[in-house]
Amino acid sequence: MSEEQIKNLEVQFEARIARDEKIEPKDWMPEKYRKTHIRQMSQHAHSEIVGMLPEGNWITRAPSLRRKVALLAKVQDEAGHGLYLYSATETLGVSRDEMYEQLHTGKAKYSSIFNYPTITWADMGAIGWLVDGAAIINQVPLCNTSYGPYARAMIRVCKEESFHQRQGYEIMIKLANGTPEQKEMAQDALNRWWWPSLMMLGPTDDVSVHTAQSMKWKLKRKSNDDLRQQFIDQTVPQADLIGLTIPDPDLKWNEERGSYDFGEINWDEFWQVVKGHGPCNKERMKARVGAWERGEWVRDAAMAHAEKKQERKEKLAV
Amino acid sequence: MKENLYNYILGIADNSLILGQRMGELCGHGPSLETDIACTNISLDLFGQVRSYFQYASKISDDGRTEDDIAMLRKEREYKNVLLVEQPNTNFAFTIGRQFLFDVYHLAFLAELQKSTDLTLSAIANKCIKEVSYHERFSSDWVKRLGDGTQESKEKMQEAIDALWTYTDELFHQTEADKAMVIENVGVDVTQLKENYYLRVAELLKEATIEVPESKWFQKGGKEGIHTEHLGYLLSDLQYMQRTYPNMEW
Repeated sequence: MSEEQIKNLEVQFEARIARDEKIEPKDWMPEKYRKTHIRQMSQHAHSEIVGMLPEGNWITRAPSLRRKVALLAKVQDEAGHGLYLYSATETLGVSRDEMYEQLHTGKAKYSSIFNYPTITWADMGAIGWLVDGAAIINQVPLCNTSYGPYARAMIRVCKEESFHQRQGYEIMIKLANGTPEQKEMAQDALNRWWWPSLMMLGPTDDVSVHTAQSMKWKLKRKSNDDLRQQFIDQTVPQADLIGLTIPDPDLKWNEERGSYDFGEINWDEFWQVVKGHGPCNKERMKARVGAWERGEWVRDAAMAHAEKKQERKEKLAV
Repeated sequence: MKENLYNYILGIADNSLILGQRMGELCGHGPSLETDIACTNISLDLFGQVRSYFQYASKISDDGRTEDDIAMLRKEREYKNVLLVEQPNTNFAFTIGRQFLFDVYHLAFLAELQKSTDLTLSAIANKCIKEVSYHERFSSDWVKRLGDGTQESKEKMQEAIDALWTYTDELFHQTEADKAMVIENVGVDVTQLKENYYLRVAELLKEATIEVPESKWFQKGGKEGIHTEHLGYLLSDLQYMQRTYPNMEW
């Protein structure tokens, strides 16, 4: 294809996106579009899978049968999200094994928030309320993103995430209205998860590298700073309502802006965790790689069995 | 309180409780995403069953004990599950072997429990049997995959079946509560399930090219509350929150 022909295709492609048409797997797409989507979608899938670990940590210790069932269902939903996000990414010509390989070797990233430890039951509430709350703010705009398989996957993901968010907040309500010990547990979890949740919405706009291109492709509709402000404005009244205090002395309602002003985020901590030196980066990777390696003989057996079955079937057919 | 009925329900429910807890340990650590989801799903089903049984037991006990009190605040000797279900997740073959050996029993048991004259138990059985027939299909399919897969998987599957075999006979032992409930047509006469159980297991193992263990030495005691050393650790996780923060709502 000549350079001019490619240019033409690109112009048509961008026009389709501008008209809000969906791009489907068999459609022509610029290489950069494919690569950007593989990166973002696989990172999203990895986040779901690694995200199972901090919450999975409390399944055996959930305080009641009702909570245990809800937590199991939630973590199972996350595995499901991982499954269809991997499948959606595979439509771009990369296999799930390749994506795992990238995760296991550290080439692909996942959401840094999952590198923090879950040390009390209240962390299950805080993760649902804050982490899923921040995730929804990030993800709702993706239901209208330009790549069809991603947009459709996100519609389902968002429905389930909003259920998880309510479930997490409900855990917090119960704790906040409970005994002094329970209330303290809730406040402590909020103290530990608040700032990492703000960081989860990404670096500030002046240092965010992908934003302009991603906006054009509708991979992003609002800037990181706008999303962060939205998250804060939405969450502060929820904390007030249940009598918990946001751990930010500079947090103040700004009448003029109609938004909350908030304190300085510790970006050094953010970059430390992103670069692999957070409290649980090594443990999370060890758990994922360990499960994968321990499972190898099982996956091999399943393949071998399927081949044997096929052979037998073919023999019968002869 | 109907002591025998109460104990009978606990005898059934504790199997689901302890096995559900074991399957829950694997969440996020399975050999593939699909098996991870399936194991979590089985755990979820089992805990759902546990809730139905314990809510009923709570009603019968009539002393204010809740489903969570019954599930999480008994002492080790008061748990009535069979030894089989408390065995650890040594590797995926043990997980599958344990599930398989229990599922074949569980399915046959629920088919009979559906006929119970106790309408609540019969209704619970009716709901559970749909889930458990899926469990049995999942676990027996995996026994076949591992048994008739690679040499390594075959050895591991055989080793797991050999090791777990000693816990199968206990499934067919009767406690005093069991016997009393059979007389009242409430409970299932498990002794009647034994022959078909071993036939069905042998048939599936043969398909999986796994040999049926010849050993006739069996372990029992779980139904009477005498467990293997594994149970205490499992309970310390299960009971952790209820023990550390007593009398609170979650």
